[in-house]
Amino acid sequence: MKDALGSAQSLLILGGTSDIALATARRMAAGKTTRIVLAARPSARLDAAARELRAHGAEVETVAFDADAVEEHEKALGAVFAAGDIDVVLLAFGVLGDQASDEQDPVAAAKVAQTNYVGAVSSGLVCANALKKQGHGSLVVLSSVAGERARRANFIYGSTKAGLDAFAQGLGDSLHGSGVHVMVVRPGFVESKMTAGMEKAPLSTTPDAVAEAIVAGLRRGAEIVWVPAALRYVLSGLRHLPRPVFRKVAQR
Amino acid sequence: MPTDQYAPPAQPGRAAEDDDSGQGPRLLSGWGRTSPTVAQVLRPRTRAEAAEAVATAGPRGLIARGLGRSYGDPAQNAGGRVLDLTGLNRILSVDLETGLVTAEGGVSLHALMRALVPFGYFVPVTPGTRYVTVGGAIGSDIHGKNHHADSSFTRHVTSMDLLLADGTVRTITPESDPELFWATAGGMGLTGVVVSATIRMVPIETSRLAVDTFKLPNLDALMEKLAGTDADYRYTVAWMDCLAKGPKLGRALLDCGNFATLDQLPAKHRAEPLAFSAKPITSAPDLFPSGLLNRRTIAIANEVWYRKTPATHHHLASIGGFFHPLDGIRDWNRVYGRAGFVQYQFVVPFTADVTFRRMVERISRVQAPSFVSVLKRFGPGSPGYLSFPAQGWTLALDFPTGTPGLDRLLDWLDEQVLSEGGRVYLAKDARMAAAHLPAMYPRLGDFREVRAKVDPHGVFVSDQSRRLAV
Ligand SMILES: Cc1cc2nc3c(=O)[nH]c(=O)nc-3n(C[C@H](O)[C@H](O)[C@H](O)COP(=O)(O)OP(=O)(O)OC[C@H]3O[C@@H](n4cnc5c(N)ncnc54)[C@H](O)[C@@H]3O)c2cc1C
Ligand SMILES: NC(=O)c1ccc[n+]([C@@H]2O[C@H](COP(=O)([O-])OP(=O)(O)OC[C@H]3O[C@@H](n4cnc5c(N)ncnc54)[C@H](OP(=O)(O)O)[C@@H]3O)[C@@H](O)[C@H]2O)c1
Repeated sequence: MKDALGSAQSLLILGGTSDIALATARRMAAGKTTRIVLAARPSARLDAAARELRAHGAEVETVAFDADAVEEHEKALGAVFAAGDIDVVLLAFGVLGDQASDEQDPVAAAKVAQTNYVGAVSSGLVCANALKKQGHGSLVVLSSVAGERARRANFIYGSTKAGLDAFAQGLGDSLHGSGVHVMVVRPGFVESKMTAGMEKAPLSTTPDAVAEAIVAGLRRGAEIVWVPAALRYVLSGLRHLPRPVFRKVAQR
Repeated sequence: MPTDQYAPPAQPGRAAEDDDSGQGPRLLSGWGRTSPTVAQVLRPRTRAEAAEAVATAGPRGLIARGLGRSYGDPAQNAGGRVLDLTGLNRILSVDLETGLVTAEGGVSLHALMRALVPFGYFVPVTPGTRYVTVGGAIGSDIHGKNHHADSSFTRHVTSMDLLLADGTVRTITPESDPELFWATAGGMGLTGVVVSATIRMVPIETSRLAVDTFKLPNLDALMEKLAGTDADYRYTVAWMDCLAKGPKLGRALLDCGNFATLDQLPAKHRAEPLAFSAKPITSAPDLFPSGLLNRRTIAIANEVWYRKTPATHHHLASIGGFFHPLDGIRDWNRVYGRAGFVQYQFVVPFTADVTFRRMVERISRVQAPSFVSVLKRFGPGSPGYLSFPAQGWTLALDFPTGTPGLDRLLDWLDEQVLSEGGRVYLAKDARMAAAHLPAMYPRLGDFREVRAKVDPHGVFVSDQSRRLAV
């Protein structure tokens, strides 16, 4: 159960090897979180992540989970909830894709959408329904500023996040009064393995800073969290720029 | 602003938050208004309906709820059933010779006072509010200002009818079923539902209290005076200013009282010596911004209140004025705003006075704005396995949840309490770590054994029992 100060006892991560998610798990394990479930594609990286979190004192399980295999979601995640209540679900999986080559390879582009949007719709609903049955819990969805206004440079990825963001907000409204809370997190450029080797964007941040914002957001029951917080104002400006101006600004 | 477009639409079927009537799925929280969760609420009007609700509880079980005056999450059950006992609100029998009254589990102490004070009987123990039920008083084995003289509530319960997990009702007394009786006393509703109980009331000559109020300039003076007044007064309690620092640390007003005898009443009250009237004066609107009560506003209020009280004075007080000052404002918990607040009450043995002082110093140093800080001395505890009171100093504090560093402060306080063999009160707890429970409640093992016997399938569960792995 979450306590009066917003500390959770149990955490389920979808995309259990995500740098942002693991930074969040570390922070929570240092607090009152004692049960962590990492749902992810099996790999040496996953095992290493589980080992590392155990060293932080948490009980850690791993569960085989592929965002693309939507038919399997109910079974894989249902078993996690059957074993005990989950206070916080962190939906963290995602792929960036390669915009330039994906534009030439529509099947590859569709796979980005399949993972980031379709996979999230299915697994998000499975978790939301389980949380609703419990009568409590938070679903944290890692969206992105890239979904706020599509840019020429990454509109395939950006559009999947726009879809995910809209889905998560609607889901949150549908769960209002059910005891379940949905929190949409919109980071800017985060220095994680997803962006390794890329040139840093302005206002870039770290997985740990995102983790801190997530924990703080859970505490106050926030519905939307920007990381860094200043992005909220930057994006609200960008959002209203006329198209020709935006095209120029977004190029840089 | 993109977020503005997404203000949540008004939801027609939305669960009501504060409405304490009716059945169906409802968002419930404790008096501190933190950690709300949704449960199916059933409000039986008869024992048979209550038994039916227990017998048909689903996999997420059931918990009894009285008037929801516990601060945290013990009277809620996310995803399961909550049995609202306030429909079982009949006083079943009264014996004016012996003062024994049998009342259903949902009868409030307010109702008992209304019915019996005019006949010269008062409840044996009252908390700082009259709006608690008999079932809740047993579930938390509540204490009052007279703990040093009269112990806790369940010591005055001679018998109760307990609705068990299998839907049957068993009459238990401390003699017939000592284990189940003392597991239920302070057992936070986890052994069954108290559908009725017999309570030994205490005789009073008048409904007024003869009160001496002492103004104490600091903690040492306060602790000394409290120790010295226990023998002379049945009811004692100190209201401490937790924001006062340095030489003023621990300054307080100490209220000491006894029920007045007839000849202590002024002539105008003698015609109706047992009059009892107590109505909430005003209701606090639900509009207080979360930051309204903060360190500054509370410090100012404390200063004014301390200054305007004369050094020592004697006066006559009403039952409501002396025991339940906060009941004068209905829904006063709303002044903390939507974010809610947490109560923290602990007890440490008298031998722990050095640690105790260190705790008060730290609370004062971090300037955590506790609006109501109450200090008392407990007498020996009751046999209740999870009963809170134990001989020593007990301090109750409340803090708005938004107080910076609050979790660290409370975790640190937990550790001090543990190091002295003390404990935290479950009726107020909303954030303790599960790992501390066995050390704070050394009879937890006995409690679990009884529970395994009477409720092998774990029908009775609450958010608190899940959180603390009771
Ligand atoms: C202003 C204020 C002052 C207070 N002062 C004091 C004080 O001085 N001393 C003190 O001891 N406490 C104090 N309290 C706490 C309060 O007395 C307890 O929390 C009490 O249990 C509340 O009773 P309730 O009927 O509201 O029960 P709830 O809060 O609804 O339930 C409390 C617990 O009792 C169980 N329970 C309720 N009904 C039954 C039943 N019929 N059968 C079995 N279990 C049941 C519930 O499952 C739950 O675990 C105070 C609270 C407030 C708001
Ligand atoms: N980094 C940024 O700049 C940034 C900015 C805004 C938002 N975000 C979002 O934040 C989330 C976490 O990103 P991150 O920065 O932590 O990057 P990350 O470390 O690369 O994490 C993404 C994770 O998604 C997992 N994943 C990919 N496809 C999957 C599938 N089909 N099934 C299951 N898991 C799959 C990957 O796991 P495996 O490959 O190990 O299976 C990977 O660990 C993502 O949703 C991302 O879009 C990131």
